[in-house]
Amino acid sequence: MQLVLFWVFALLMLVFGAAVVFLRSPVSSALSLVVSLVFMAALFVTLDAFFIGVVQVLVYAGAVMVLFLFIIMLLDLRVERPRRLNIGAWTGGGLVVFGFVGLLGKVLSSELGFDMEKPPVSTQISDASAVGLMLFRYFNLPFQIIGVLLLVATVGVVVLSKKELK
Amino acid sequence: MTPTLGHYLAVSGLLFIIGLAGVILRRNIIIIFMCLELMLNAANLSLVAFSRFNVNVAGLPNYNGQVLVFFVITVAAAEVAVGLAIIVALFRARQTIHVEDLNSLKF
Repeated sequence: MQLVLFWVFALLMLVFGAAVVFLRSPVSSALSLVVSLVFMAALFVTLDAFFIGVVQVLVYAGAVMVLFLFIIMLLDLRVERPRRLNIGAWTGGGLVVFGFVGLLGKVLSSELGFDMEKPPVSTQISDASAVGLMLFRYFNLPFQIIGVLLLVATVGVVVLSKKELK
Repeated sequence: MTPTLGHYLAVSGLLFIIGLAGVILRRNIIIIFMCLELMLNAANLSLVAFSRFNVNVAGLPNYNGQVLVFFVITVAAAEVAVGLAIIVALFRARQTIHVEDLNSLKF
């Protein structure tokens, strides 16, 4: 049963992820990316990472993708006109991609214990409180730094979107 | 039957390859940016998978990986905000988001 659900979520996620690359209109790409991210959240839930799954839906599929769609509609992008194919770039890119596929197959078929079944976990502590404890106990400094990073990014965006840079 | 670690790593690797193909082959800068998000997500999936398959004696997953994923999501959100602001500024200056038209830094 779990394996069936895993394959359903994983295949749908990969199909919509491929649609991001292959669809011509930016709006369709962005909407398929939303669907792909939601199925990724479902995969996180199959890994018992409920907190990360919820954050994925709220932050990625919610906030970040709204930003993307907002910018696409603000710039009023049409379907891009097909241009002359750059043969060199396509062959080079294809070589890199197929090299990666081959490497992935080679690594996964090696004897490194990848056929390990999911070990059982205790459900005594809820997932969110465990992540929160870890975050504030052992990763407090990185957490503060991330806060400063977000502040700097916000200020940078305001400066970048001013009409004239002095 | 439950999915094994290899299943999750294979899906994560395939998603990374899809994102990489998009970054290399597409010429629309916003779609390149979305493919970067796909690649970040692929890394997140393998981090969560490793966290879940590494259970300690108390029967708890290794939450270090999930905290790292939390940080990656935060940094990605900041990156998207800054990147899209740059794209808007670029569009205002050049009226295009096609990467082949943006070659003034090309040697």
